[in-house]
Amino acid sequence: MPEVVIPIGPHHPALKEPVNFRVIADGEKIVRLELDLSYNHRGIEKAAEQRNFIRVLPLLERVCGICSHSHATVFAKGIEEIMGLEIPPRARYIRTIIAELERMHSHLLWLGVAAHEIGFNTLFMWTWRDREAVQDTLEEMSGNRVHYGMNEIGGVRRDLTPAQIQTALARLPDLEERIKKYVEMVNSEETLLIRFRGVGRMSREEALKYGAVGPTARASGVDYDVRRDDPYLAYAEVPWNVITDNHGDVYGRTRVRIGELWESIQIVRFCLENMPAGPIRVEAPKNAPDGEILSRYEAPRGELAHYIRTNGTDKVERVDIRSPTLANWTSVAMCLVNQNLADIPVIVAAIDPCLSCTSRMVVVTQKNGTRVTDTMQVGFVRDPKGRQSRVSL
Amino acid sequence: MTDPVFILLNIFVFPGFFFLFAYALFLSYLDRKIAARMQQRVGPPFYQPLADLIKMLGKEVINPDGVDWRIFDAIPLVALAAVMTAFLYVPVIGASPLAFQGDLVLVLYLMALPTIGLFLLGWLSRNIFSTIGGIRAVTQLFIYEVPFFLALLSPAIMAGSWSISEIVLWQQHNLWLVFLQPIGFVVALIGLQAKLERTPFDIPEAETEIVAGPWTELTGRRLALMHLTTEISLVTGSALIAALFLGGPLLPWNLSPPWLNVAAGFGLFLAKTLAVLLILSSITVATGRLRIDQLNDIGWKYIASAALVQVGIVLVINYLWVVP
Repeated sequence: MPEVVIPIGPHHPALKEPVNFRVIADGEKIVRLELDLSYNHRGIEKAAEQRNFIRVLPLLERVCGICSHSHATVFAKGIEEIMGLEIPPRARYIRTIIAELERMHSHLLWLGVAAHEIGFNTLFMWTWRDREAVQDTLEEMSGNRVHYGMNEIGGVRRDLTPAQIQTALARLPDLEERIKKYVEMVNSEETLLIRFRGVGRMSREEALKYGAVGPTARASGVDYDVRRDDPYLAYAEVPWNVITDNHGDVYGRTRVRIGELWESIQIVRFCLENMPAGPIRVEAPKNAPDGEILSRYEAPRGELAHYIRTNGTDKVERVDIRSPTLANWTSVAMCLVNQNLADIPVIVAAIDPCLSCTSRMVVVTQKNGTRVTDTMQVGFVRDPKGRQSRVSL
Repeated sequence: MTDPVFILLNIFVFPGFFFLFAYALFLSYLDRKIAARMQQRVGPPFYQPLADLIKMLGKEVINPDGVDWRIFDAIPLVALAAVMTAFLYVPVIGASPLAFQGDLVLVLYLMALPTIGLFLLGWLSRNIFSTIGGIRAVTQLFIYEVPFFLALLSPAIMAGSWSISEIVLWQQHNLWLVFLQPIGFVVALIGLQAKLERTPFDIPEAETEIVAGPWTELTGRRLALMHLTTEISLVTGSALIAALFLGGPLLPWNLSPPWLNVAAGFGLFLAKTLAVLLILSSITVATGRLRIDQLNDIGWKYIASAALVQVGIVLVINYLWVVP
């Protein structure tokens, strides 16, 4: 059968946000693909340079709807380090609780989306229903379901009352039950197994070579988690485990995320039960001294990095956001080659892509006098022995 | 029985087209409602399938560039006509008045027509998603059709008749075929699920992969008619399985006033088709979508072998136990 070009995106039912894959397929097999990012330039980094530290946090929180707390925390953490501020323990614990609740709702959402991509809508409906319990807890604590607005430079804006802590703790056993159920489903549900196992496989070497981060890398056996390897907030004081898996495929990524759900519940419970007393913020100076920092954070999707440079004013001189999805794109493009056309949605979904967080820059090149967006062309060939080589297109 | 008015009533009103429309929409509603309740959703109100149908019938029909619109108009009509005709030969309140030797084969062929129509639609759409969907539809047809035919023909071998109504009659005097041919029953249910392109066999119209497959370029009344075709296929298929394996609408004994017999038969028909629908809905809810290559493996390795084994068992039973 001759090769056909199948455009997946920028508008496609499998994609919730715009990205374009030009998939060149031979029948149902993918031969190579071209990836075109950046349909959604929002100018957030530039806008961040115009606002002072009080006004910039709500802006950065809106980089992403799912990991909103991640972006605000990683920025606040960086600025506090430049200012030399030590935030109170209670603030650290509250930030940790919100961060882990956010991871829980993100992973539950992901599990539903992955199930939907293979047409398993029941799991999709169930996980999204259970996610509501997490969302309710977040709403009770912060007043919001999506953008919590908990952070400020020097601490958090809202304290948790004993009543809030009690209701949050009361919700956890039910969630534990449900997560046990999902572990059972993922390990025994036949259609999930045959659609997830061996699909989009990536070895440990490949994960390291292409710079995969987060659950995608941990599913390939890369034992790396910023929360443990560069501890921030309360993670050094909380007992928890980094989840890794050796399957390296979509199945492994699912197992890692479900394992992390379980760990998140334990972290939230520990923090709620061992919440230190005291103030929730310290007074932060208006201006930050000259400095630059690479602030790192384990967002639900992987390592999130904000590069921040300050120049003695109340604004940043430059903030550069490297979202985890950007780090995972190369690996997803690599995983897709030689796979089935039908597996594109689930392999792409397996990195939990967050496209609008990633697209902040359009690279325009001049080609025969016409302006075209820069296309990431990836062509990989696997020889019969499974070795891989990159081909130029 | 031979009164032309009676025949016309039978074709157009009951248990023919009018009843078929109503029951198809009702089953479609039940299917959606059952799935919704299992997924902890509320589900649609009972008039939703009718509302959808009317709305879609009134929508604009868009002709893709360079596509022969006559064929595009004709395919949904032909597909709908095929499955509606097929229903006439399936017993609803008693033997079908149109029954003849070989109507089982006719029904099976008529029920295969919508899939061929979908393939043509996909092929003619000049849209990459439709084309892939069309190819998948016809690939899937080749996979499930053989075991489905084998599973539905083994009742005919056992009853020694090619007429659905006579197979039902045979079951009235003997035993329901589901007890004699359990493997065939399971294969027939799987085949029907695949024929109706419901999860896990919704490969040709996999939304997250190829948008809507062959349905992508269908709009307005074409889409409405194609949806109606699927809904009517569901009724015809369930009724066919109820007739061939579950004894159809006939009671094992006769009730005293004849009208009571007919009413009981109709009640049995409803109960049995609803039972088949419940099984099909449960399969839909409990599974994700297979991949076409995986279906190829499973279909030929296991489902087709199971159907062949069933035919073999039927031949052995027939040899040992000469049917009266």
